[in-house]
Amino acid sequence: MFDLKDLYQEVIVDHNRSPRNFGKMDNADRVAEGFNPICGDRLNLYLKLDDGRIADVSFDGSGCAISTASASLMTDELKGKSIVEAETMFNNFHQLLTDDKPHDIQRVEHLGKLAALLGVKHYPTRVKCATLCWHTLHSALEDNKTPVSTE
Amino acid sequence: MNSKNIAPDIISSSILDVDAIRADFPILRQKIHGKPLVYLDNAATAQKPEQVIKTLDNYYREYNANIHRGIHTLSQKATEAYEGARVKVQHFINASSIKEIIFVRGTTEGINLVAQSYGRTRLKRGDEIIISEMEHHSNIVPWQLLCEQTGAVLKVIPMNDAGELIMEEFEKLLGKKTRLVSVGHISNALGTINPIEKIIKMSHAYNAVALIDGAQAAPHMAIDVQALDCDFYAFSGHKLFGPTGIGVVYGKQSLLEDMPPYQGGGDMIKMVTLEKTLFNDLPYKFEAGTPHIAGVIGLGAAIDYVSDIGLENIAAYEHGLTDYAISAASGVTGLKLIGTARDKASILSFIMDGIHPHDIGTILDQEGIAIRTGHHCAMPVMEHFHVPATARASFAFYNKREEVDQLMTALEKCKEVFK
Repeated sequence: MFDLKDLYQEVIVDHNRSPRNFGKMDNADRVAEGFNPICGDRLNLYLKLDDGRIADVSFDGSGCAISTASASLMTDELKGKSIVEAETMFNNFHQLLTDDKPHDIQRVEHLGKLAALLGVKHYPTRVKCATLCWHTLHSALEDNKTPVSTE
Repeated sequence: MNSKNIAPDIISSSILDVDAIRADFPILRQKIHGKPLVYLDNAATAQKPEQVIKTLDNYYREYNANIHRGIHTLSQKATEAYEGARVKVQHFINASSIKEIIFVRGTTEGINLVAQSYGRTRLKRGDEIIISEMEHHSNIVPWQLLCEQTGAVLKVIPMNDAGELIMEEFEKLLGKKTRLVSVGHISNALGTINPIEKIIKMSHAYNAVALIDGAQAAPHMAIDVQALDCDFYAFSGHKLFGPTGIGVVYGKQSLLEDMPPYQGGGDMIKMVTLEKTLFNDLPYKFEAGTPHIAGVIGLGAAIDYVSDIGLENIAAYEHGLTDYAISAASGVTGLKLIGTARDKASILSFIMDGIHPHDIGTILDQEGIAIRTGHHCAMPVMEHFHVPATARASFAFYNKREEVDQLMTALEKCKEVFK
């Protein structure tokens, strides 16, 4: 049986308790808002871009442990990445959480610390919590002004 | 039954044969993630006893037919059962006539019917509608829509931090322009039992009609619309151990007579020509199209079921269970109850230090315990308490103290996970 410890791994509990890159960014180039209307989770994502790269990123809002940890881990991984690399990470992460195929080791390794979130796959109602920040990132990169909704 | 002199814990442990009752609910026998199901999401929807399930099954197997129009035997049988259920509903809420019992899809549709049929024809620009801060979205949005359509203005009774309506403020809101007051009998997010007798009386003093959203009350206490003197009362079948997709809106006959139909179609007419239609009498005027026949008959079976147990017994038992749960919850450090009204029924809404309600929901589910987490379709309530969501355990008469204990143990486990 799947154990709760696989969902709430230490990394997740830690990033929930002390989220990294948390707070509003005053001089952000891009701001996007995401929310999960069923849960009431809200997230703002702030990006500073420099020549096609993510120079800085932060977030604020309120959400569950999965959504907070996911945003914290995501922002950590994104710093310094190119926009193209960031989109690839998004697709990769999203696919791993939503497709039925067994995990491909290479793709998982490519995720780095984000792999800690893969346990969410066994809790279908919680996948949206983990992907909210990524959908918001996607919207920020596309400079989409309408808030992202997971529904 | 006189239960006033008996200690609540004695009442609640002896008043109902809960084990016998549980045997009537097949769904409660199952295991979730290897643990016995502890179903504490009754405010969202209640489970169905064998008696209701069999009634539905029997209708579809034995006498499925359309009602009110067929001359054949099955149609007559179906019509009898359908109209028989209407009489059951009439007695259940003590309405004075079956003409006052209108079947709808649920509480939401009942409120929308009143807003659109009564409200749209009676209200004009500047008229005022009063609701409360603790309403479910289904008792907010229909009035906002009506305000947009008519130019009426929505006023809101505030609540205090215990989750009780501030009646002095209600008094201040009432005035010459007040046309309609719509409040919940019991709050789905807080469990507060509102003083609706008083609210109805005060509304009438200003010639305003009063609608009561009884979605959370009908399963937990006896309702007497004549004693309450409410003008409209709406409730849902599925929270009352009946099928989904069926509900009731009661309206005083004198008001319903003058209201235009809510929807047009078959069954709500006496005669149709291509130029003009003569509408049917009450209650059929408000029931256009083939209704949810099985749902109505199933609701009748659910009403029989709860009436056999007795709403007074149910209320007394659940009162004891809720008190037990409140006191058990006070023993869980880091847990804060949201909604601590003095008059409270069957709902335990709470938050926990450093643990988001969704995480509580997932961890509890692994223990076989079903609760609701989120804003409970009452976002203004969440705003009042400055929380994005709460965890909510809600009880029915088939829940036991052991299950409350299991809930508390599981909450301790949540703290372990996030230690």
